[in-house]
Amino acid sequence: MAVVEIRGLTKHFGQVKAVDGVDLSIQEGELLVILGPSGCGKTTLMRSIAGLEQPTAGEVLIGGRVVNGLPPRARQVAMVFQSYALYPHMTVFNNIAFPLKAQGGMTTEARKEKVEWAASLLGVEHLLDRKPRQLSGGERQRVALCRALVREPTVLLLDEPLSNLDAKLRASARDELQRFQRRLGITTIFVTHDQVEAMGLGDRIAVMNQGKVRQIGTPQEIYHESGDTFVATFLGSPGMNLMEREDCLLGFRPEHFLPQEAAEGRHNLTTFSLKVTRIEYLGADRLVYGVVDSVAGETRTVAKLPSTVTLSIESGESYPFFVQKQHLRFFDKATGTRTEPNPL
Amino acid sequence: MASLRQRAKRIVVYGGVAFFCFFSASPFLWMLITMFKQDRDLYRAQNNPFLFNDPPTLDHLRLLFLETNYTAFLRNSVLIGVLVVIITLIIAIPAGYSLARLTGRWGERVGIGIFLVYLVPPTLLFIPLFRVVVALGLNNSVWSLVLVYPTISIPFSTWLLMGFFKAIPMDLEEAAMVDGYSRLMAFLKVVMPLSLSGVIAVVVFTFTLTLHEFIYALTFISSSAQRTISVGVPTELIRGDVFYWQSLMAGAAIVAIPIGIVYTFFLDRLVAGFTMGAVKG
Repeated sequence: MAVVEIRGLTKHFGQVKAVDGVDLSIQEGELLVILGPSGCGKTTLMRSIAGLEQPTAGEVLIGGRVVNGLPPRARQVAMVFQSYALYPHMTVFNNIAFPLKAQGGMTTEARKEKVEWAASLLGVEHLLDRKPRQLSGGERQRVALCRALVREPTVLLLDEPLSNLDAKLRASARDELQRFQRRLGITTIFVTHDQVEAMGLGDRIAVMNQGKVRQIGTPQEIYHESGDTFVATFLGSPGMNLMEREDCLLGFRPEHFLPQEAAEGRHNLTTFSLKVTRIEYLGADRLVYGVVDSVAGETRTVAKLPSTVTLSIESGESYPFFVQKQHLRFFDKATGTRTEPNPL
Repeated sequence: MASLRQRAKRIVVYGGVAFFCFFSASPFLWMLITMFKQDRDLYRAQNNPFLFNDPPTLDHLRLLFLETNYTAFLRNSVLIGVLVVIITLIIAIPAGYSLARLTGRWGERVGIGIFLVYLVPPTLLFIPLFRVVVALGLNNSVWSLVLVYPTISIPFSTWLLMGFFKAIPMDLEEAAMVDGYSRLMAFLKVVMPLSLSGVIAVVVFTFTLTLHEFIYALTFISSSAQRTISVGVPTELIRGDVFYWQSLMAGAAIVAIPIGIVYTFFLDRLVAGFTMGAVKG
C-alpha cells in the first residue's frame, strides 16, 4: 500500500504553475527522489506534502488519509530543510527534543532517552550541549536529520539536504543517508537537482520539469529508457545527443558514441562522420565535441571516450564514429516522447 | 620590547575607556553632588562645583519629598510607563510580525505608512488629540497619557520589530510547524526568543519615551497630583524665576540613576543579541 499518494496535484502562484497536475505514489519504506532543474516545482511539491503550501487543486494522501487542509503538525511528516533550519537559540539536545515536546505526554526521562537514541543513530551524541553555530556543516546536517527522525515519522521529506556540504562530505553523507534509510525502513522523499545524488540514492526517481513529472522509474529505467527528450538530455553528463531525422528524433548517449577503431567485435553499427571542434580531457574520459550532418543541417554532438580508447583525435578533422543499434533511441519530433524504433 | 608596546597599548585603551566612563558619568555625579549642597555653597561662583565647600545637607530632598507631589509624580510615571509598554508590545509585536511576513506590495506600503505616522510630531498633534481626550472625559487624568503615548510608541516599535522578524528565516518557523507546533506556538517558541533583543529595544524606547515626554503631559493634565515626573518636577520646583536647583537635580537623579543601571543590564543583552548571528542554523 502506498504511504504517500498524490493525485492531480496543482499549485499556482498567480500566473505561474509551479506544480501542474502531478500524480505520484510512494511505497512503504521506499526512497523516492524527485529530480529536476531549479524552478521545476519539486520543492513546491514537497512543501505541499508537508502542508506548508495549500495546493490549488488535487489531493495528498498520507497513509490512506486525505490530508488536504490539515496543518503540517497533523500530518506526521518530518522534513529536513535545505538550510537545516536548526533553532539557533537552542542547544542540539533541545533542537532534537523540540518535536517530542510538541507531542507531549512524555516524561523528561523518556524524552532524554529518545533524543539519545536519535543522536546515536547519526553519531552526534558528543554534540548535544552545543549550539548550532558551533557545529560544522556536516554536523548540522546530521542534527537536522536527528530532529526529523526523533519522533519516528511516517514520512521523511528531505529538501536538498546535501547541497550545503562540500563535495567530499556529500559523497559520504549520501552513503550514510542511504544505509540509515534502509535500516529504519522509513518512507523517504528526497528532492534534489543533482542527478548523481538522485541516481545514487533513489529506489525510484521522478524527473520533473515545468511543474510536471516527466518520468518515474528506477535509475536504470530513466537513464537507459528515458521516456522523452527532456529526461534524456537532463540525465547524464553530458546529456543524450539528439539528431533530427525525416520522421523522428534520434538519440544516443555520448558514451555509446565511439570512434570506428573501437568497433572491434561489435555488431549492428550505425556510423556517422564526426567533425571534431573541441576536445576536453577529463582524466578518466575524453569529451569530444563536434558536428554531424543530419537533415536539419549540422547537429552538435558529443562523444565521451573512456581512457581505454587511445586513438589520437585532432580538432578540425573528421573521424568515423559509430553507435550500436541497441543504444539508439527514438523520439517523436513534435511531442518529444519516446517512440518505437524505425527501420533505418 | 613587545611587552612594553603591549603595555603602552593597554594604557591607551584603558585610559580611553576611563575618560569616556567619566565623561558619561559626570552629569550624574554632578547631579548627585549638587543635590546635597547648601544654597550658600552652590551659588558662590568661586566655589569648586564638584566639591562640598560647606557640609552637605538633606534639606532639598526633604523639600522634594515632603513639600511637592514628587512621590505622586513617580507613581504616575511608572504606572503610565508600564501600561504603555504593555499596550505597545501587545499591538506592535503582532503588527510587526504580520508586516514582516506579508510580503508583496501591500505589506511594504502599510509598513511605510506606519512609519510616516511616526514622523508627525506631537507639537502638531497635541491640539486635535486634546479634543479626543476631552471627548473621552480623560482630561486631567493619567489615563489620557496611557491612551495617547502608544500613538508615538507603536509605529516606531512596529517598524523596529518588523526588521527583527524579517531577519528570522521563514524556514525556522516552518520547521517548527512541521515539528508539530501551530503557527502561534512556532512564533512564541522560535521567533520570539530570537527577537528578544528587539523586544527589549522596544521596552527601553517606550519606557524612556513616557518618562521624558513633555508636551502631552503638560497639556492634558493640569492638576498636580496627576502629573508625571517630566512635567511635575519643573513646574513645582521652578517658582517664578526661582530655580530650586538642588531639588531639581535630586528629582532627576532619583529617576535617572536606577533606570541607567537597569538599561546597562539590558545593553549587554542587546549586544549579545546583535552578535548572536548564525541565525541560518
